[in-house]
Amino acid sequence: MRAWKKVILYFLLIVTSLIMFFPIIYAFMISFMTGGEILSGKLLPSTFSFDNYVKVFDRLPLFNYLINSFVVSLGVMLGQLVVCSLAAYAFVFISFKGRDFIFFLFISTMMIPWEATMIPNFFTIQKLDWINTYQGMTLPFFALAFGTFLLRQHFKTIPKELHEASEIAGLSKFGFFFRVVLPVSKTSLVTLGAYGFLTTWNMYLWPLLVTTNNSVRTVQIGLKQLQSQEVATEWGVVMAGVIVVIIPTLLLLFLGQKQLQKGLTQGALK
Amino acid sequence: MTAITKHRKISNWKRSSNARTALLYLLPSIILFTVFVFYPMFRTIYLSFFLTDQEGEAAIFVGLENYAYLLESDAFLNSIKATFLFVLYTVPTGIIIALILALLANEKLKGIGFFRTIYASTMGVSVAASSVVWLFLFHPSVGMFNKFLNIFNLPQIEWLLDPTWALFSVSLSTIWLNTGFSFLIILGGLQNIDEYLYESARIDGASYWYRLKRITIPMLSPTLFFIITISLINAFQTFGQIDILTKGGPSQSTNLIVYSIYREAFINYQFGTASAQAVFLFICILIVTILQFKLGEKKVHYQ
Repeated sequence: MRAWKKVILYFLLIVTSLIMFFPIIYAFMISFMTGGEILSGKLLPSTFSFDNYVKVFDRLPLFNYLINSFVVSLGVMLGQLVVCSLAAYAFVFISFKGRDFIFFLFISTMMIPWEATMIPNFFTIQKLDWINTYQGMTLPFFALAFGTFLLRQHFKTIPKELHEASEIAGLSKFGFFFRVVLPVSKTSLVTLGAYGFLTTWNMYLWPLLVTTNNSVRTVQIGLKQLQSQEVATEWGVVMAGVIVVIIPTLLLLFLGQKQLQKGLTQGALK
Repeated sequence: MTAITKHRKISNWKRSSNARTALLYLLPSIILFTVFVFYPMFRTIYLSFFLTDQEGEAAIFVGLENYAYLLESDAFLNSIKATFLFVLYTVPTGIIIALILALLANEKLKGIGFFRTIYASTMGVSVAASSVVWLFLFHPSVGMFNKFLNIFNLPQIEWLLDPTWALFSVSLSTIWLNTGFSFLIILGGLQNIDEYLYESARIDGASYWYRLKRITIPMLSPTLFFIITISLINAFQTFGQIDILTKGGPSQSTNLIVYSIYREAFINYQFGTASAQAVFLFICILIVTILQFKLGEKKVHYQ
């Protein structure tokens, strides 16, 4: 590659990165500023003091919200891994009558937008007396067609001979699933896990509907509360809240980006 | 003869045993899909033909009246218009930006991994967090955008309070938020293209633009098609941005369909008309998905 072409590419990469990352960097800077500094429109804080962070944990039960978000996200992640891997196993390794029909049933769930079903779902949760509970926030999301297809793609690459060999070795179906299929599919499981955690952590509408008090509220609802309490006054505190909320998912994304990219394209296209 | 029937009996038994085992593995999914997807979908359609009470129980059968009411209601028609405009503003622009970034990030340069991570970063940002940040950027007096306009002595804009600007502003923040995901998918598609295609083109002395037009875009078409579908569906489902940035206002200019359903159901307690709107949303997304299947088979170049 010629030198001038490299220079142009790096220039474009740097400029576009700055634009893309600007809102996050800017929020980070604001979270260290005093009210006066924000009003004067500075880009950098004069000192990096954690006052705003202390304040945001004071104003909101943010620590509780963080724990709730972790419990709910981990819950959905594990639930999806169990439910989807069981279903994917049946689709790949057991041939049975009606498989095509059930497969079609799974596909058809992808055509039903979750928002179109939220009214009856809300009443189901209410009737079960699951408002303000972890199970009400997690259980509806355990079954996932996309996750089942993603795992099915990977399970299909496992040689059939391995299946036969394990049967001859006297391993039960569940033994084969648990001791052979799951361990060799670690990468797909990690991808689906990261995806499930990320999407659940960022979920907004459902937690808004099924929580009415602070006991199980997640950080996303906390942000909404913070923003409506603090409008126009303490933007530094609000941005401190934003940074606390996005750090776990940003870290997860930075660590698992390659995995996620591979897994998502595979699950999507094949 | 008896041996054959015996054999058949065994294989029948075996086959049905297979079905029973399979069912055991599929049962959690089937139960959850039934309770949280299929039942509520039918229930939504059912409720759309009724007037409901506060507990969401069907009270009076009204046939298609909820639908007739919606089609005559300015608020609903306005919400449809806003939703389609929003789709138009966000989907094409968002995908073109993500495609450009993915092409840049697919070059083999030192430190490219860093830039990839930056481009993908918005995928780790929640809709609530992003909306709060953009709320600040759009702020009439302390916000970045108006400060910027000020430098050039341009008139200030009420980004979220002016009906002519509000939908544009919400779209801008949405494009930014969705770029990370689209970028990641398109980059994955680019990396799946076989390297030797480029090598032979390079030997023939084909220019960058020729290669882009003749190799990259055709080979990328399944990925692009997939991300277009996902983006369309996502755009129809937008809620968080609206709830935090505009609450559907000003003068309902950003009252997108899901926000409209939410307000009708959980603020006005009109579950019948809200369900009719939800059915409309379902039909929109169904059309997008069916189009994907129909067009996808024909027009897209698969490897």
